[in-house]
Amino acid sequence: MPSTRSSADFVTAEAVARHFDVSKPWLARAIEQSPRVFLKAVDGVSFSVAKGETLALVGESGCGKSTVARLVVGLYRPTSGRVLFDGLELAVLPAAERARSRRRMQMIFQDPYASLNPRWRVRDIVAEPLRAFGLANGRAEMAERVGALLTQVGLAAADGEKYPHEFSGGQRQRISIARALSSNPEFLVCDEPTSALDVSVQAQILNLMRELQEELGLTYLFISHNLAAVRHISDRVGVMYLGRIVEIAGSETLFSRPRHPYTQMLLDAIPDLAMSGREREPMGGEVPNPLDPPTGCHFHPRCPFANARCRAEAPALRQCGATETACHAVEEGRI
Amino acid sequence: MRDWRDSDLWYSFTRSRITVAAASVAGVMILSAFLAPLIAPYNPFDLASLDLLDAHIPPVWSEDGETRFLIGTDDQGRDLLSAILYGARISIGVGIASVVLSLVLGVGLGLVSGYAGGRVDAFIMRVADIQLSFPAILIALLVNGVLRGILPSGRQDELAIYVLVLSIGISGWVQYARTVRGSTLVEKNKEYVQAARLIGISSASIMLRHILPNAMGPVLVIATIHLAVAIITEATLSFLGIGVPPTEPSLGTLIRIGNDFLFSGEWWVTIFPGVTLAVLVLSVNLLGDWLRDALNPKLR
Repeated sequence: MPSTRSSADFVTAEAVARHFDVSKPWLARAIEQSPRVFLKAVDGVSFSVAKGETLALVGESGCGKSTVARLVVGLYRPTSGRVLFDGLELAVLPAAERARSRRRMQMIFQDPYASLNPRWRVRDIVAEPLRAFGLANGRAEMAERVGALLTQVGLAAADGEKYPHEFSGGQRQRISIARALSSNPEFLVCDEPTSALDVSVQAQILNLMRELQEELGLTYLFISHNLAAVRHISDRVGVMYLGRIVEIAGSETLFSRPRHPYTQMLLDAIPDLAMSGREREPMGGEVPNPLDPPTGCHFHPRCPFANARCRAEAPALRQCGATETACHAVEEGRI
Repeated sequence: MRDWRDSDLWYSFTRSRITVAAASVAGVMILSAFLAPLIAPYNPFDLASLDLLDAHIPPVWSEDGETRFLIGTDDQGRDLLSAILYGARISIGVGIASVVLSLVLGVGLGLVSGYAGGRVDAFIMRVADIQLSFPAILIALLVNGVLRGILPSGRQDELAIYVLVLSIGISGWVQYARTVRGSTLVEKNKEYVQAARLIGISSASIMLRHILPNAMGPVLVIATIHLAVAIITEATLSFLGIGVPPTEPSLGTLIRIGNDFLFSGEWWVTIFPGVTLAVLVLSVNLLGDWLRDALNPKLR
């Protein structure tokens, strides 16, 4: 674990792991003599986010990004390690204090069609956190707050009377953002907020998020597999592979000088105009089965630089120039 | 809010003649049953007004029929038309009350089962499996017998209706529980539930205010079809003589009474309540079938 924690760190994950028990039911296990099976969705992830900054986590499907998001906001309890929010470990706080801190963090979800209760009017959806935290007194104040929030995200105050099905995906995501903002949070976890949207709408939502960040001084943890979106919005980027962070660096550094072979492969996979028509190096191999990950460095079966050490020993994140990388080859200067 | 006349449901309702007919028949029967004290020519429960000399009178169009009793009388001299109206009231009342009991019980257990998961879920669902392996009528008989055993013998007749509702209600909760559990399992993993959990909304509140409204669609269909089943179960229990007392006959009791006289040629005592029951159950069932199809997106 890097020891570069400073008091400016607003949200910190310290060697957080989350394992899911995916074993067969007890009876089937007893009959087939099969062992318990654990899925290590997140396997010792450490990072920190400074106040007002945007940290993005990127990676392929199934690499554990969304689990990290749910661990950070407390929807999952970590199997080991801990998450600190403004210096407090929420998981062990008494309920009353936890509620006070909960108000300060909110989440924007991936699927705008599943994240809004279809039977509720938009005004009730947006007002739910207000009610839960007792942030508005009386109907008039509530209505006024909801109207203001809807206007803030680019909808009309009158839209509060409608139901979610009357809105498009992008508008629903705006409602979702309005709900997240209603408790005046300081920290927003965005779990692939644009991946279910049209490309043109994606840009609108990302710009809205940036405007809100400047206006309200928000801190973002931005989960995505969309590298263009990540580059657009983030200050720092962490790259995840099979439950571990393999590289974490400032956005410009990471996109201009990726160090980890996996990051290089990811960036090579982005199509760009300059290379159109040319043959591209296809990304080798498949993501291994996370139930049975490779020994040592998880990436070694796909890595062109792997050697015996990579197969045996899992690399730790180490400072290496401007980036932190978990790679033996980089550390040894072989790349 | 859309006008209900514009809704898809209303459109599909008006398009199906059978459904409109079934709804009209069921509506008229239920309405006249509940208005029985107003429209019935006599009060069949008022033992003082009965005259044994009026017993066994055939319908008015028969040779010995009397205009006082349109479809004849039973062995006590009760006007059969009034008895059927009052009887249908009891049958429908018991049916609706049992459905409500089953629904509350089943929906509640299903919600808890699906939301809590783990051991609670396993326990509730195994109980449901065991109950489902017996015919519902047998469960109703069992509950009925146990309750009657507990009750003091002097008050059995006055409490008979409640015993009946309890036993039919308990025999029917499993379907609701399974359906609601299934929908709950789907809904509880949706992101709007996570958004509510994130801000610390209590489990009870999430179940009642978030999941329940989204899980109630199929319950409505089950309740309609279950109403027909509950009415039949009540009639069966009463026919077997363990339902409502003969002084306050339901349709099932009337059929049983008439059954005793079937071989002596007094067919009307059993046929009229029987036909009433059959038509009532058929129309409610047709309504339920329509509702099931109309709410099934795959059949649209």
